[in-house]
Formats: sequence, structure tokens, C-alpha cells
Amino acid sequence: MPTPDATVIERRASIVEELRRIVPGEGVIVSEAERRVYESDGLTAYRQLPLVVVLPSTVEQVAGVLRFCKQMGVKVVPRGAGTSLSGGALPLADGVLLGMAKFNRVLEIDYDNRCAVVQPGVTNLAISKAVESAGFYYAPDPSSQIACTIGGNVAENSGGVHCLKYGLTTNNILGIEVVLMDGEVIRLGGKHLDAENYDLLGVMTGSEGLLGVVTEVTVRILPKPTTARALLVGFSKTEDAAGCVAAVIAAGIIPAGMEMMDRPAIHAAEAFVKVGYSLDVEALLIVELDGPPPEVDHLIGKVEGIARDHNASAIRASRDEAERLAFWSGRKAAFPAVGRISPDYYCMDGTIPRSRLAEVLSRMRVLSDHYRLGVANVFHAGDGNLHPLILYDANSPDQVERAEAFGADILRLCVEVGGVLTGEHGVGVEKRDLMGTMFDEFDLRHQQRLKCAFDPDGLLNPGKVFPQLHRCAELGRLHVHGGRLPFPDLPRF
Amino acid sequence: MSSLAPTDLGELRDAVGEALASGEPLELIAGGSKRGLGRPLQLPRSLDLSGITGIRDYQPSELVLTAAAATPIEEIETALAAAGQMLAFEPPDWGTLLGLPASAAHRRTLGGVLACNLSGPRRIKAGAARDYFLGFRGVSGRGEVFKAGGKVVKNVTGYDLCKLLAGSYGTLAAIEEVTIKVLPQPETVCTILLCGLDAASAGQRLRQALASPNEVSGAVYIEDSSTLGLALVSALTGIAAVRLEGPFPSVISRREQLLAELASDCETNLLYDKASTAFWQAIRDVRPLAESEDRVIWRVSVAPSRGPELGEGIARSLDTKWYLDWAGGLIWVAIAGADDGGAAVVRAAIRGADGRGTGHATLIKGSPELRRSIAVFEPQPAPLASLAVRIKEAFDPRRILNPGRMVEGV
Repeated sequence: MPTPDATVIERRASIVEELRRIVPGEGVIVSEAERRVYESDGLTAYRQLPLVVVLPSTVEQVAGVLRFCKQMGVKVVPRGAGTSLSGGALPLADGVLLGMAKFNRVLEIDYDNRCAVVQPGVTNLAISKAVESAGFYYAPDPSSQIACTIGGNVAENSGGVHCLKYGLTTNNILGIEVVLMDGEVIRLGGKHLDAENYDLLGVMTGSEGLLGVVTEVTVRILPKPTTARALLVGFSKTEDAAGCVAAVIAAGIIPAGMEMMDRPAIHAAEAFVKVGYSLDVEALLIVELDGPPPEVDHLIGKVEGIARDHNASAIRASRDEAERLAFWSGRKAAFPAVGRISPDYYCMDGTIPRSRLAEVLSRMRVLSDHYRLGVANVFHAGDGNLHPLILYDANSPDQVERAEAFGADILRLCVEVGGVLTGEHGVGVEKRDLMGTMFDEFDLRHQQRLKCAFDPDGLLNPGKVFPQLHRCAELGRLHVHGGRLPFPDLPRF
Repeated sequence: MSSLAPTDLGELRDAVGEALASGEPLELIAGGSKRGLGRPLQLPRSLDLSGITGIRDYQPSELVLTAAAATPIEEIETALAAAGQMLAFEPPDWGTLLGLPASAAHRRTLGGVLACNLSGPRRIKAGAARDYFLGFRGVSGRGEVFKAGGKVVKNVTGYDLCKLLAGSYGTLAAIEEVTIKVLPQPETVCTILLCGLDAASAGQRLRQALASPNEVSGAVYIEDSSTLGLALVSALTGIAAVRLEGPFPSVISRREQLLAELASDCETNLLYDKASTAFWQAIRDVRPLAESEDRVIWRVSVAPSRGPELGEGIARSLDTKWYLDWAGGLIWVAIAGADDGGAAVVRAAIRGADGRGTGHATLIKGSPELRRSIAVFEPQPAPLASLAVRIKEAFDPRRILNPGRMVEGV
């Protein structure tokens, strides 16, 4: 992280005093014991006590805090529920932690226009709950949906098991209100579709809290599909499972979800929830189809046929809702299940072209031997988003080091085969130093110049996403060779 | 007018670098089909990208296609169709609407469609062009080659610069290569036409259809079917049309469901296969207003429930022809006889009586004089407008790429 600014830390008392004026009452948290709550997010390997925690409850207060911090040159780290798996909400010793938890109201539900206007601290699942009685839901469903907030979802462009068919956060929001670092409040989008000028709604989504603080979100809500059924398919060869996934897509079927687990994950999950997963298979596939019953039954039949053609060793189709949920329970419990077989696990999040799946899994096993650490794989097979879980013991510094090196090698492997560093968890602190494997200096400079347009002093969530901090003045310099034409021989006609 | 015509990335970088050094701005052009969109540019030099063409990688089972930016849409769609896939966002062909001669000289390109973020009627279900834009490589106004995004369908690594470029009308970078997500073509298409409805009743039924779990992929209201120019549909009036796509048993089941819910008190017609495809292509290409040669054309995006009233309201003030797409969320308006092309009336209608309505109006067709004198894109509040200027500064500080195409100074 950037070296803490000692002059800011020295001024802590006066900063706190001014923050209390902007956010009166209990909204400013100073005591060490209470700040401790905020010292890390879902990536618990990284911890840092914030300078001070502020919990505003109005847009004016957010604007006041940001304006003041800009004047004083104080850094700000925004935070929703703190469920980031990439350290996106990791505090700074010389920075204000801006918690958005008090923005927890559903402001409006507009069924006629199929949208809901909510504050950013509303949890992902609470949106679906709020519209459930009318037969609607909010589609993106990250596994932390019971706790994670929609504001955090916007910051991270969160996904979930259903995004192959229904998209990520960016495909499911219509508008946001944002406070910029200088205290300006802007509104992007609304209940209508598409941007009127530059698509800054799209730019803000997935910007990891580096461009602005979201204070309101208009989400698209969808009518719930009439039915959903799942297929549970076992394969004795990973290659066959991967081939089956590709064949389903090639047959023109976009399942609501298509999840794969490898042998270690299957065994851990079955030991934990006992749902009857076959233990003698190398890969288990859950394929979920949703829609009107005739469509679901028709497609279940087609997928069964494809699975058989790819040497499936066991196929079960859910007959009722209870059975469908049972199929999913093992997958949904995979993380805690792995937590039972290992003191700690480190969850990775790369995406690869599906055609390279079998190769990537076999090279991962080689890496596993090399680092002498186990790895269990659960992943969103439909969109090629891997979640390798590296098994280690956090009490052993040597294992921690090996787990991090193993994880970095997995992500490099993802990039090498044509994939990317992160499919849905974000770069944050965790993958920051690997950005160079995917992007060159010019790519990163263009991204950072966008940051400069929003936050020229680099005060909002610094130390995340970018491996190196450049001053905006330096990034803005234009390299033209004295007005001379550098390419005099270029044809002109 | 002189023109630079790079054929690869290196030449493109050199061309932009030269413009940067000489300070002479460039008009970006490929197929030329969208030259009439945005504010008119009167630049002495153009950057002709049409030589940067060809599909570079297409793997149907990955749902991903990578192509040179100026690859014609027809070429992309032919390759996709051969594998049973499609561009789900239905890029429109506005050639007839804009009065362009039907020739190869005015063909749409993939990069152009993405740079303008143009989508058709399936937008309401499948998303916009921007939702399919996975990655790109290009040259910014700084003369630097850069890339963003990736070549896989799920990626959150770094800022989503694809979204920034989608709809930026070439004002930030010249795109050289793009990667997009593609989807399977539906097995069956069926269109339900509910007839004899007024706009309010049609709008209400279209919204009801979209609020049902029947996965409607098109929802349009037109007053008179003869404006579509199709022999297939004749002499129907007050039509609310709903499109269903998917596996055959599913389409049939949803059709029955919707007929029961929406059509108990009106006459109905059904279109299948080619007739259905032709109908939605006509909607996509704005055929209902394509014969309005002397009229100014606006494309207005609002909350769907406001569409019918907004269209009728504008028509009460001005000589107007109009229809609704996106279940009322998109209003196509053709206006005659207003000095400002109807800008004041249209934009006041979006803000509504209480001044708080949201949405935007874009001038799609108008004389160069009109496009110079009024805001083609919706005017923005000061903080947003200055943010757009700062973004332009970041990517094109010398204003050499399509300067002023969207807003003066950007």
C-alpha cells in the first residue's frame, strides 16, 4: 500500500473534529476497539486499522466528507458490507473509511417499469426479497448475496452462478447517483435505457471504488421464471465434462447456470452436506435450465442426450424443487465444505476460454504438487470462470507464502491461455501486482488517466487495482516531437 | 479532402501520431453509414479505417468473436449464421432512414456499430451493443496503442473501457480490433399482433407482457402497418406487437399464455418464421418513419410507462409521426415544420410537467445546419459536461479524433 502520510496521521484529532461537524452523532467512529471491526474485508489475509471510520446517512454528508477530505488531502476508502474477496475495502492507516451501511432503504419499487430504486447499503438478496411477492427478482446472485450490498456489487461488477444467462451487475442496473471526490453529485441513467453521452454508468460499474461513491442505485428487476430444473452429471474424465459444457453451448442452449466441481471439491461437499454426489467421478456438472415448463423439459432432454454423448457416467434430473435445491446444496456449500478439510483456503477467480479447461486443470495439478498444497476446484463452467480453492494453514508463514505464489501462478496461467485475472471478484489489493501480466504500460496509463478525470489527486481508494501510482500531471503529459511530423513518408491521398 | 488509410495497427498508430504532431484533426470513417449521425464535422482530413477488416478468431462454443474493427456487419452475420449464432443486440441498418443509397460504399461495420452503441428491438431482453463488447485494441488521441477488456465472456479486470468507448462516436480512440460476445439464434420465432388499440392501451399491454415470465424479446406499438412496407402485414391499425423466441414447445406455450392474458378483447394476428423476421427487421431499421424524407427524426429514451403519453403529447404540439419500441421506452419521432426540429418540445416533454422526468433525446436525422445549431445529444448538467471534457482530455488532449462530433469541445 502507499506509504502512510505521517502529516495526515498527526492531524487526526482535527480531522475527526471536522468530520463530527459534517456527520453529527454516532456517525464518526474513533475508538480502536470499534475501528477494529473495519480492519479487513473478505480477504482476511490483509488487515489495517483505518484512521477513522465515518458512517454518513445522507448524500449531503457523503458530499461534505469527500469535499473536506479533498481540501485536506486525506484519502478515502468506501465500504459496503466488506465482503470483497480481493481486498477492495482494505482500509488505509492515513485514510477515512467511508461506510455506507446506513444507506439501507428501498426507496421505490416500480413494477410498471420493472425497476427498483434502492440505497447502496441494501443487500443484494434484500432487493429480491422486496419484490418477491409480485413475482420478480434481481438477477445477479453473488454467493455472498445474503450479506453483500448493491453498492458494493456496483463497485465490483459482481456476478454469480446465473450470469451466463442473465449477465453481471453492469447488465442489470439502469441508473446510479454518485458523489465525486470534489463533492459534486451526479446522476447517471435513470429508469430509461442507454447513456445520453459517454456511458459513465458502465464506467463506474466495476471501478472498485476508485472513481466515486455510489449513493443510489436503480436496478432492473425481472419476472421470476416459471420453473427451474437441474441436471446432475458425473464424468470419469475431466476432458469429457469440458467437452459436454462446450457441446451444450454449441447446441444453442444457454443454461441459467452451469457449474462444475472437481474430485476434491465433490468429496469435500458430499462429506459436508451428504446429498448423494457420486464419489467415483472426476468431475461433476450441475446444469440448470429455467423458463416455462415445456421449454425446461425439452432442454433437459437435450442436455441429457449431449451428456450421454460425452460419456457421462451418472445422470440425474431433478424431479421437483426439493431435489433441484439438493443438487445445488453441495455446490453452494462447497466453500465451507472445503473449509472443513483444511484450516484455511484461498479462493482464486480467473476466467479462461472454456476450450482450455482440461489443460488448465491438469497444469494446476502439477502446480499443486510443486507447491505441496492441495487445490479444490469449483467453477462457473458455462462462462469459464474458475474458482480454485488453495488449501493451506494460515498459522504457517511458509504455507501462506506458498499459497500466494501458487495463486499467482494460477492467474498467470489463466492469462497465458487467453483468459483474464478476475472474472467477478475484482483486482483490489490481491491481484494488483499481477495487472502487468495482462496489461502493458500503455494500457494501464489509459486506465489511470480515466481515474485522473474523476479524482485528479488520487485520494479515492488508492493502492487498489493499479500496481504503480503515477501523478496525474505526469500521465497527462503528451509526447509529441516538437510539432515535427514524425512520419513524413506516410502516403496521403 | 485528404485521407489517411491505414491497413494495420502500426499504420493506424503512425497515422494518428502524424495528426497529433501536425495538430490536424481527423474524421474517423470506415463504412460511412453513420456519417450523418452526430454534429457535422468539416475537417480537411479523414482517417479511413475501412482497410482494417476481417474476422480474426471465432469459436462458436466460446460465444466469442474477434474481428478487425472495420469488418462489415454482413460479413460478421454471415459467419455467425453458419454456426447458428447471431449478434443478439440486432444492430440496426439506418441507411434508408438516413437517405443513403444502397451500395457497398455505405456499409455498416462492427466497430462503427459499437462506437455508436446502436441496438435494435431485442435491447429490452438481450441488452445493448455495449453489453456484448468484451474487449478492444486501438489508438487513442495520444497516438498510443492500448487495449482493454479481454477475449472471454466474463471479466472484471481493470476499468471497463469498452463501456466508455461504446457510444463515444470515435471521440476517444480509433478502434483497431474488437472482441464481442455472440449468442445462439433462436430455434423458433413467433410474433403476436394485437390490433385496434390506442397507444395507452397498447403500451399497457406491452408492459404487462414484459412483466410476465414469458421472455418477450420485442414489444412495439405502431399505428398503421402499411408504414412497414411489408406485403406480409396489410391494413392493420393500432398494433401492439410482441415477439417470442426460443425452442418450439416453449414459444407455443408462451404464445398461449400471452394470448390468454392480453388478447381477450382485441383482434389478433400471428406471424411466424420469415414474416416474423421481416417484421422485426423493419422495426429495427425504423421503416415506419423511413418515408418521412423531409422530416427531422428523433430517438427518445424514457421510462417505458411514459412512452405513449409522451408520443401523443409531442404530436399535439407539432406535426409529428411516431411509434413506440422497447415497450414504450423508446419513442421514434418524425417532426415537420419546426424551426428547431422540435428540440424544445421533445426535450421539455422528457422533463415533464414537474421538470423531474429523466431520459434523453438524440437527433438522428436533420440537415447539417440543424445538427450544428441544436444539441444533437441530450444536453448535460454542468458537472457531467465538465467530466466529459476531462475524459476527452485524458484520451485525446489535442482534440484530433472526431472533435465536436458529440458536443462542441469534446
